[in-house]
Amino acid sequence: MATTTDPYRAPTLARDAHESPVAEELQRAWATRPGILGWLSTVDHKALGRRYLVTAFGFLILGGLEALVMRVQLARPDAAVLTPEQYNQVFTMHGVTMIFLYALPILTGFSVYLWPLILGARDLAFPRMNALSYWIFLFSGLFIYGGFLFGATPDAGWFNYVPYTAAPYNPGPGIDVYALGMVFFGLSTTLASINFVVTAFRNRAPGMSINRMPFFTWGTLTASAGNILAVPAVSLAFFLLWMDRQFNTRFFDPAGGGHPLLWQHLFWMFGHPWVYVIVLPAMSIVSEALPVFCRRPLVGFSVVALSTVLTMVLGFGVWVHHMFATGLPPLSLSFFSGASDAIVIPSAVAVFAWIATIRTGRPVFTTAFLFFAGFVLLFVIGGVSGFMTAATPFDWQLTDTYFVVAHIHYVLIGINVFPVLGGIYYWFPKMTGRLMNETLGRWNFWTLFIGFNLGFLPMHFLGLAGMVRRVYTYREGLGWDGLNLLVSLGAFVFAAGVLLFFANVLVSLKRGERAGPNPWDGFGLEWSTPSPPPACNFTVIPQVASRHPLWEDRLDEGHGRTSLREGLPLAEGRETLGSTALDAEPNVILRMPEDSPAPLFLALGLTALFLGLLRHGWIFAALSGLVSLGVLVAWLWPERELGQREAGGTPRINPPPRPSGPGRP
Amino acid sequence: MKTRPAPCPAPLAACPAALADAPLDYLHTAGPAADPLTRLGWGVTIVSLLVVAVVGGLLLAALRRRPGDAAGLPAVTRSPAGLSWIYLGVGISTLVLLGSAVWTFATFASVTRPRSRPGLRVAVTGHQWWWEVRYEGGHAAGGFSTANELHIPAGQPILVRLDSADVIHSFWVPKLAGKTDAIPGQTNLAWLQADRPGVYLGQCAEYCGMQHAHMNLQVVAETPEDFRAWHDGQAEAVVPPGARPVAAASPEAPGGTGQDAFIVRCGLCHTVRGTRARGILGPDLTHLMSRRRIAAGLLPNTVGNLGGWVANAQALKPGCAMPAMELSGPELQTILGYLETLR
Repeated sequence: MATTTDPYRAPTLARDAHESPVAEELQRAWATRPGILGWLSTVDHKALGRRYLVTAFGFLILGGLEALVMRVQLARPDAAVLTPEQYNQVFTMHGVTMIFLYALPILTGFSVYLWPLILGARDLAFPRMNALSYWIFLFSGLFIYGGFLFGATPDAGWFNYVPYTAAPYNPGPGIDVYALGMVFFGLSTTLASINFVVTAFRNRAPGMSINRMPFFTWGTLTASAGNILAVPAVSLAFFLLWMDRQFNTRFFDPAGGGHPLLWQHLFWMFGHPWVYVIVLPAMSIVSEALPVFCRRPLVGFSVVALSTVLTMVLGFGVWVHHMFATGLPPLSLSFFSGASDAIVIPSAVAVFAWIATIRTGRPVFTTAFLFFAGFVLLFVIGGVSGFMTAATPFDWQLTDTYFVVAHIHYVLIGINVFPVLGGIYYWFPKMTGRLMNETLGRWNFWTLFIGFNLGFLPMHFLGLAGMVRRVYTYREGLGWDGLNLLVSLGAFVFAAGVLLFFANVLVSLKRGERAGPNPWDGFGLEWSTPSPPPACNFTVIPQVASRHPLWEDRLDEGHGRTSLREGLPLAEGRETLGSTALDAEPNVILRMPEDSPAPLFLALGLTALFLGLLRHGWIFAALSGLVSLGVLVAWLWPERELGQREAGGTPRINPPPRPSGPGRP
Repeated sequence: MKTRPAPCPAPLAACPAALADAPLDYLHTAGPAADPLTRLGWGVTIVSLLVVAVVGGLLLAALRRRPGDAAGLPAVTRSPAGLSWIYLGVGISTLVLLGSAVWTFATFASVTRPRSRPGLRVAVTGHQWWWEVRYEGGHAAGGFSTANELHIPAGQPILVRLDSADVIHSFWVPKLAGKTDAIPGQTNLAWLQADRPGVYLGQCAEYCGMQHAHMNLQVVAETPEDFRAWHDGQAEAVVPPGARPVAAASPEAPGGTGQDAFIVRCGLCHTVRGTRARGILGPDLTHLMSRRRIAAGLLPNTVGNLGGWVANAQALKPGCAMPAMELSGPELQTILGYLETLR
């Protein structure tokens, strides 16, 4: 072992052994210090990924409770469980919570935890920024919920249309909480997205050329690129709204030359891509894990990966389909109708790829597999109802009715929650070292699946029967009573299913069967590590030779063989390997930062800044801004330890396996 | 004039029972602005159901084909088969999509504007939370305005000019036409037509605040003769028989006529044409008793409901612009008595 810490050295090879001195050295370098300080300053992606998952599930529970309260109110006509104000606040918080505080963060949690493990790296490209994006997510969520606790709750729905949200019609602080909270939350999303994009092109294990990148990374990478382009629109919209409300600017006020539709364009330019942002990574969970249970690689991997990217690209050209009734010219409506139809094509690619994978494989009916198979059906139902709303003239009837509510829930629960739960069942053993209980899992799946369809299928009929969304009550005689009761019943069955899931998690954490490194005989690099993985993930950096490293002997894939046991230990402090963007040729030893409380302090400083802005404490806000800036300067102060440079002599080991032709990845 | 109701195709004639008697359902429509939408709607619905059935069937068949052994994990295989599924499935989907896109555009073109020149133009303005309906000119008596009730002659297209007085609302009478938003700072045009006389329910469809749930309107389609009679009646200003000359009314005098009490207590917000009540914040009440429901559809227009509404609207429709009036019993009776004369 070398004694210097020269980052330009030619690294030495080592054999992997988890008890070796190298392993101990690595453990010392990467482990989080014990104690509360260590906990608060850790940058370990595994810890942060778990926190993302737990926090997002926490918000899922809050949003779910809000949904149940709403369904109690709507179960019977003319009910008075909630006042109109309360109902409007609860439905708004339900939407905000599920769409922003649950749906993306849960997927980010998966990616933060898994990316380095499936890419063969020791951390994401920017570990401290990773911690920062988690803390900002947490604090922005608490910021928005703080408003709820103190009676400053937004009540204008998650898409917050102006002028109902303008100061004259909505003078309370609820809308300001939402507006500032969303600008704040947008920072977290943007930071995480940048981290993923850089990681995907910089931190893949040597030999993992772009065509060998695991499927799961395609979804997150695509969504992250989408976020970087989409989030500015919504941050701007909320900032302008806040300016309108606080400083009488007139961006959305027709009396001052503004226009209310400007809000809708800005919001949906973000909002529609966001829908893909919160489903594409979930679909990629299925494309990654379903093949393991079908005992064969995914059918049409490259086509499905490309269609993932295509969906996102098309997703930027369909936002007006949320605005078909706003009086825009027919020609532009036709364009957006056609574009919305076109999105079905890449979705069809994925659906038929999953079905073909199941059909030509040997499906193993684990709980995770049940969630994935169930997801395919829900995906189709949510897809066709989307196709129906894309038919503009018919959408003039469907829009703003419960049909759209049914559609969005098939999309968000069917395409986000089901793959997420399947993903937890699949990766839980990797994260905790224990398998989840399969019997409880089956009960869990069927309760959720039946409850979901019982609750949300009738919503389509409610919409067709003319029930508009966002009404706090309805009168008898409109033909809605029975259906509403059914929906409420289904909601409670679904909630019982969610409860079973958390029960299973808790039971399995304590008493689950020991998993071993690879309980499902999966093919990804994450399954080559112990469960749970050590702090450094890999004792030696693997060298990848195919798309399915752990299956390649059986698939006879590629030319060389992936080297998991022999590779670079890079054990002199926190180090990982940087590689080229397309071919993943190793070209630099990356010095990775130590744990640091700076991300937490910066997030706290920003929280104070946003609180100051909310309460018009301008001096407080300015001071918080200065403190944040100071923390940022301290954080970014150059550290000799982190110096690195692309080595002239590339640290080649064996001749790295060349990516082969497209036919034989 | 076409009177063909929009079709309910034979295989689906047994539409969910819930829809059969739902006044806001739009799978059974009643005019040429809505019928093509309904036909397109049935079309895409049937295509969608077929897609779910076919793909669901394929999924089920795939699941049952050769399930792996529960005891252990089957061997990993690499089968070249499967890609043809994608080609075939995506190919067929694309054709279906193209067909439905063409149908969508054709439907679009057929409902963008009515076939014939609209005979009647009406201005509808959305308020939190009621609909103001204004009939302009075209008649010697000039325009007049009413609330939450849109009377139209059956069998001819009606042009609706949509504005909003406050926030965004959406004008929706599902049996007669799709939605069009009423947006402040922008005038949208919509058209609708009822083939047969009848009462058609409408509802604000864009969330507009606390009482969005209670923002209905009724479209009353009548024969041209009945409509003319209604229109002429509404255009009249009302001077209740036996009322003292307006100028002599003394607002302070207790026990004054109902009209006086109305002018004092209600006239700042409401208009009764022909009196000094000229408020414009609330609905024009000139012919209040001719309306079927009050409070934007919340209650049937009975004396009892009217009494409850005038006495304490906030209890019935919290947040609405109508304040709780705090009237004495006799005062309330006086005003109610007056309102009953507004026919």
